[in-house]
Amino acid sequence: MSRSRFDIRAQPGFGFITLFTFFALYLPIAALVVYSFNGAESLSQWGGFSSRWFVAAWQNSAVQDAAIRSLVIALWAAGLATVAALMAALATTRTAPYRGQTLKYALINQPLMVPEIVTAVALLIVFSRIKVWTGYSGLGYLVLAHTAFCIPFAYLPIRARLESMDLTLERAAADLYATRWKTFRHVTLPLLRPAVIAGFMLAFVISLDDVVITEFVKSGGQDTLPTYMLGQLRRETTPEINAIATVFLALSTVLVVIFFFINRKKQ
Amino acid sequence: MNGAEQAAAAARKQDIRSRWLLSAPALLIIFVAAVGPLFVMLLYSFMVKGDYGDVKLGEFSLEGWTSVFFQRDIFDDTLGLADAHLSIIWRSIQLSFFTTVLTAILGFPTAYFIATRPPHTREIWVFLVTIPFWTNLLIRTFAMQQVIRNEGLLNNALMWLGLIKSPLQIMYTDTANLLGMTYVYLPLMVLPLYASIEKLDFRLVEAGYDLYATRFQVLRRIVIPLVRPGIVAGSILVFIPSLGAYVIPRVLGGGKNMMLGNLIEMQFGSGRNWPLGAAMSITLMVLVTVALIFYVRNASRGGAGHV
Repeated sequence: MSRSRFDIRAQPGFGFITLFTFFALYLPIAALVVYSFNGAESLSQWGGFSSRWFVAAWQNSAVQDAAIRSLVIALWAAGLATVAALMAALATTRTAPYRGQTLKYALINQPLMVPEIVTAVALLIVFSRIKVWTGYSGLGYLVLAHTAFCIPFAYLPIRARLESMDLTLERAAADLYATRWKTFRHVTLPLLRPAVIAGFMLAFVISLDDVVITEFVKSGGQDTLPTYMLGQLRRETTPEINAIATVFLALSTVLVVIFFFINRKKQ
Repeated sequence: MNGAEQAAAAARKQDIRSRWLLSAPALLIIFVAAVGPLFVMLLYSFMVKGDYGDVKLGEFSLEGWTSVFFQRDIFDDTLGLADAHLSIIWRSIQLSFFTTVLTAILGFPTAYFIATRPPHTREIWVFLVTIPFWTNLLIRTFAMQQVIRNEGLLNNALMWLGLIKSPLQIMYTDTANLLGMTYVYLPLMVLPLYASIEKLDFRLVEAGYDLYATRFQVLRRIVIPLVRPGIVAGSILVFIPSLGAYVIPRVLGGGKNMMLGNLIEMQFGSGRNWPLGAAMSITLMVLVTVALIFYVRNASRGGAGHV
């Protein structure tokens, strides 16, 4: 296409605004990363390039504990949510509509509809009562709460994949006298694997990122990395917070990139 | 009914039963840790507040609900409007509205620009919007803080350019809330808009030009009406989380510029008024539901001209 031809798709100024949008999207993140390599004691001045705050964060036992707790909760929640979502997806796809199916959709997607702060205080109300009644105040509450809001995210890609898959291979397996379990184990599940992995990773990132619900559900001494950071932001911050944020950022970006490529291969 | 039909009906019944069993774990978890607690909260909003937080179980009162909107005068015991609460609710609605407008102003041209790139580059642009979207909300809020604080990038740049002599106080103002929310929720506007513009039938645009429309007329009379469902979807996706924002105003707005989410938290913390907090949460949910109904009614209309 020659430049002189009238481009019907072009609109004046849109390219400039797009440039500004991307600049605005990435500049704050870049600033955060750059300042994590700040050698100075505080964020208000630049003290030369240094990785001292990464070392400080790595050796900070509160950060270590919070990071491990975050990972444990995310692994449990994403694992449980993926299994539950896989089962639910099998139950709600590839069937003639039946009574209660709409209700199921509504329930499964409910965590997406309600503002997080509302769910958070509702959980605070219920769990604080249960904590008193049972005397148990372990990580179970956090895992349960996280699993609930992770389910819709794990459900989405699995359901999409199931709906686009045809039944031919499964019918063939059934024709060859495979039991329902065998068909699922050797035919359906392998075909579903990319979607299951994608669902698990989405759920994992969502759980890892959660601040609000965790902040309200956690008992004393159960800080995850995000709630630890939120607590630190109240006081004068040092570049240590930047260092933690940078590592966190790198981790979730890697996960998103992997997710992107899994999804792309599928097409 | 003959035998075969009966067998088919029985098989179908069996199938539905096993489908319920299969979905049971997901439904149970969501009921226990998401839906159920909302009903408990509704009950709590009608109870008498406890002396040190919590409620007095089984003692009912409308106090929680009336104090969302009204307060008793401490001198003559008359009921007046609860100005503090109402102004925070009103501020939340206003800020969410302006956030939606700002994200649309930036998001629409961006989405349009991306959607009119060649297919293989489109994917990369979309991916670049997705990365900040999946980045932790707290980290993005904190990143925004690095830009707008007194010794931050923005003030340093403006001072270096000689435009201002002393730093602008942006942190702990409503502007900080607005900038933070716009930054954080911008991808939520771009993505649905992109999905909608990508499906736009550009033959209609061409027809507009054939009829001597200007660029602006094409945009206003053809493109925008056709992608309206995308605009509505993006607006709702931005408006709803803005209304319930908690982290952003807490970090950027500080104590003076609370939003509804922070007001709710306060009732469960230092306020020690759980029924009031519960009633406020339900008020927030009602506001969100109103926005959703508006969305559903609008989304069902329009959208013609998509291929």
